[in-house]
Amino acid sequence: MSGNLNLTLKIWRQANRTSIGKFETYKVSNISTDASFLEMLDILNEELQRKNQEPVAFDHDCREGICGACGLVINGRPHGPIKGTTTCQLHMRHFKDGDTIVIEPWRAKAFPVIKDLIVDRSAFEKIQQAGGFVSINTGGVPDANAIPISKEIANIAMDAAACIGCGACVAACKNASAMLFVSAKVSHLAHLPQGKVERFERVEAMVKVMDELGFGSCTNTYACEAECPKEISVRHIAKMNREYFAAKLKARNKD
Amino acid sequence: MITLESKAPAGKLQDKWTTHKFNMKLVNPANKRKYDVIVVGTGLAGASASATLAELGYNVKTFCYQDSPRRAHSIAAQGGINAAKNYQNDGDSIFRLFYDTIKGGDYRAREANVYRLAEVANNIIDQCVAQGVPFAREYGGLLDNRSFGGAQVSRTFYARGQTGQQLLLGAYSALNRQIGLGKVKMFPRREMLDLVVVDGQARGIVVRNLITGEIEKYSAHAVVLATGGYGNVYFLSTNAMNSNATAVWRAHKKGALFANPCFTQIHPTCIPVHGEYQSKLTLMSESLRNDGRVWVPKKAGDKRPANQIPEAERDYFLERKYPSFGNLVPRDVASRNAKEQCDAGKGVGDTGLAVYLDFADAIKRLGRKAIDEKYGNLFQMYQMITNEDPYEVPMRIYPAIHYTMGGLWVDYNLMSSIPGLFVLGEANFSDHGANRLGASALMQGLADGYFVIPYTLGNYLASNKFSQVSSDHAAFSDVENGIRGFVERLLSVKGNKTVDEIHRELGKVMWSHVGMARNAEGLKTAITQIGKLREEFWSNVNVTGSAGDLNQTLERAGRVADYLELGELMARDALHRNESCGGHFREEYQTEENEAKRDDENFSYVAAWEFNRVGDWTLHKENLVFENVKPSQRSYK
Ligand code: FES
Repeated sequence: MSGNLNLTLKIWRQANRTSIGKFETYKVSNISTDASFLEMLDILNEELQRKNQEPVAFDHDCREGICGACGLVINGRPHGPIKGTTTCQLHMRHFKDGDTIVIEPWRAKAFPVIKDLIVDRSAFEKIQQAGGFVSINTGGVPDANAIPISKEIANIAMDAAACIGCGACVAACKNASAMLFVSAKVSHLAHLPQGKVERFERVEAMVKVMDELGFGSCTNTYACEAECPKEISVRHIAKMNREYFAAKLKARNKD
Repeated sequence: MITLESKAPAGKLQDKWTTHKFNMKLVNPANKRKYDVIVVGTGLAGASASATLAELGYNVKTFCYQDSPRRAHSIAAQGGINAAKNYQNDGDSIFRLFYDTIKGGDYRAREANVYRLAEVANNIIDQCVAQGVPFAREYGGLLDNRSFGGAQVSRTFYARGQTGQQLLLGAYSALNRQIGLGKVKMFPRREMLDLVVVDGQARGIVVRNLITGEIEKYSAHAVVLATGGYGNVYFLSTNAMNSNATAVWRAHKKGALFANPCFTQIHPTCIPVHGEYQSKLTLMSESLRNDGRVWVPKKAGDKRPANQIPEAERDYFLERKYPSFGNLVPRDVASRNAKEQCDAGKGVGDTGLAVYLDFADAIKRLGRKAIDEKYGNLFQMYQMITNEDPYEVPMRIYPAIHYTMGGLWVDYNLMSSIPGLFVLGEANFSDHGANRLGASALMQGLADGYFVIPYTLGNYLASNKFSQVSSDHAAFSDVENGIRGFVERLLSVKGNKTVDEIHRELGKVMWSHVGMARNAEGLKTAITQIGKLREEFWSNVNVTGSAGDLNQTLERAGRVADYLELGELMARDALHRNESCGGHFREEYQTEENEAKRDDENFSYVAAWEFNRVGDWTLHKENLVFENVKPSQRSYK
C-alpha cells in the first residue's frame, strides 16, 4: 500500500577529498512509500537544482542491487536497516512519516571521501589485481565438461562469488577490515579445481596487498556478514584463514 | 561516397571464419608491444577484449566511467548464455543456434556474422569454466542447461539468476591479471567525449576525468568501443542509470555510420512502472517464462484479485496463440501480445498496464524448494520492489526497453566505417538483426571480445601504415577545444528546467511513438517534438555546478544532449522502414493475425545512416544476402 512521507535528511556534504565536510539538513515532502531510497534522493536533488544549489553527489548505477556502485550509511548502518539489501534496493516503505534520516558515506581510512557521499574504493581493485584470478590466457582450455564439479562445491563457490564489491563489509567493521571481501574471492577460487592450482600464491598475494592498503585486522565481530547486502558468510573468512596458514606452512617447509 | 562492404569472406558458411582467420595477417609477437590499443567500456565485450589483447602483447589502455570495471552493466544480466554444446543430447548444433538466432532476428542480420557467433559460442563456455565461473551444475557434476525464448532446445548455461555477474567477474579477473602485469593501464571514472581521427584513421580519444573535470587526451593505433546500447534514450529502461550513447554518438558524428537505430528491444518481463519519480525499470529474467505462465482475465475490466479469478475465466494467451512455443515465444512477440491484452482493457494491477506471470502450477509441480533454487534471487528482488510475495500471488509484469540491436555499423571484422575504429557488443549492430533472443547478448559480448577482435585487430594493424601520432598532435587539441566549448555551452544556458525533466519528456515521446508499436503519423509527430525538445534543452536547461569538479549533472547533461539527436535518428529510421520486423512493429504492416509483416523485397537491407548535421542524415544500404536460410514468415505457433 502506498502512502506519502515527509522527512528530514541530515546529509554529509564535502566538497572534495581535502576539504572538511559537515552535515547539512534538508526537508523532503510527499515521498511515496513505493519510491526507492535513491529515488528519494533524486527528488531532493531535483529540488536543489531548481534552487540553483548543487545536488548531493552519490555513486549509483544499476539500481538493481548487483553492480555494487551504491552504498550509503543510513542511520548508522551500511545500506540501511533492511538485511540483505543494497541502498538502491531499499524502499521508502521501511521509513515512517516524520522520520529524520542521517546519511553518510562509507567511513574507512582505505576509502577516502571524494565528494559528498562518494568514496574512493580503488583499494579493492588493487587487491583483486594482486591475485583474484586464475592465471590462464584466452584459448587452449579444456572442454567445459572435462572437469566434473559437484553441485555442492559449485554452490559454495557461487555463494562466495556473489560478492558485489560494494565495501559495506569494510564500512560495517569497527576496524575497517576487508576480510569478508577478500575471502569471498579467495574462497570462491579455492573451492574449485580450476583455482586450486595457485591457491597458495593467490591468498598470500591478496592478503599482503590488503595489509599494505590500510585495512584493519579482523577481530571476529561479524558485523560484516550482518551488513553484507549479499549475505556473504563469514565461513569464507575461516576458509581464507585456513588457506593462508596452509600457504605459510608450505612456504616454511620449503625453506 | 561511402560503399558498404561487409567484407564477409566467400566460401561455405561453415568455413568462412576458419578461412578468414588463415588469410588474415598476423603481427609478429615481438612487434605487438609496439602497438597501443584503446578500449572504451569494460562490460563483457570490453573487459574480454582488453584482457585478450593484452595477453597477446599489445599495450592496452582501458577506460570506463564507473569507479571499477566490474560495475559495467553486463553485470546485471540475469538469465544465461547460449552455446550449442548439445550436452543435453536434444538435437542442438552450431547450425541450429545460427538458425534460431537469424530467424529470431527476423532475417535482418548478416549470415556470416551470426554463424561465427554460433561457432565460437562453445569456446566461450570452456573459457569461462576455466576462469572459475561457477555455472550451475547437475548432481553428476556436469553443467546444467535451461531453455530460453525462441528455441526448442536447452542450450542456456547459467549461474543462478546472476549469469551476467559471474561472466563479467570472470572477464574482470582476466583483466585484473593484465592490469597487475602492467599490460593494461586502467582508467576508471573517465567518460569518452570524442574520437580523434588523424589522416582518416581512428588514433585516439578525448575523455573527461569525472573526478577532477580535467579533459584528457590519449593516443593509440586503434580504438575499440564497447560502450553498450542506447536504451536510455527512453529515460525509463532496464539499463543502468549511467549507461549512455555518448561514445558511439560522438564517433557517429565523426563519420562512423549508425545502423538500424530503430531496432530496439522491448523486454516482456519487467516490473511495471509505478510512479512519476521512477528512475529506472527492473527486469525479471526471461528464464522465468520456463516455469511461469502468462495470463490475463478473459473479461475486460475484471478487477478481482488474481486468486479469485477461477481457472476457466483466465486467458493464458501465449499458450493459446502459440501452442508449440507457448510462454517461450521470442521477446518481441511476447511483448506485443502483452500490450495487445492491455490495450483491450484486460491489463491487471492499479494501472492496467501489466499482465500476470504465475508460478502456482510450477510450485505445485516442482515444489517451493526447486523454484527457490532456480529463481530465489529474482523472487526476492520482485518482493523487495513491489512488496508482494510471488510465491503467494502472481507477479505483475509489463514490457520495457531493454536492449538495442542497432548500433554503429561494422563489417565482418567488427570495424566501423572509420578505419581503426572497432565496435563490439551491444554498441555495434551486427548479430541480432531486428530482435535479439534471450541469452544471446552475453554470448555476443564475449565472442567479440575473446575470439573475434584479437584476430581482426591484428590484421588491421599488420596491414596498415601508421604515422607517428601522439596526443600532442594538433588533431587532439582541436578536438579538446571542441569539447571545452561544448561543456561551456552546457553550463552557460542557465535556464529553468533540470536535465532530468527534459530527459523524461524525451522518454515519453520515444515510448509513445517510437516504442512497441509505431506508425507513420506518430513517428512524424515524434520528429517534430524531439526537435522542439532539443531547442528547449539548449535554451532552457539548467546545469548546476562547474566544469572543473565532480559534477554528475554535467555528466547527464552531455548524455541527454546526445539522446536528443539520436532519438530523432531512431524515429527517422523507423519512419523510413515501411515494414514490420522483430522489435520494429509498424502498425500499418501486420498480418491478419497481427503478426509482424516483413517486406523482404524492399527492406532486406541494413540501413546505415551517415551524419551530415543535426537533423540531417544520408541513408546507405547494405543488402542482406541469404544463401543458407530462406527468410520466411516467422512462426512460433
Ligand atoms: S546501484 Fe548497483 S548495486 Fe546499487
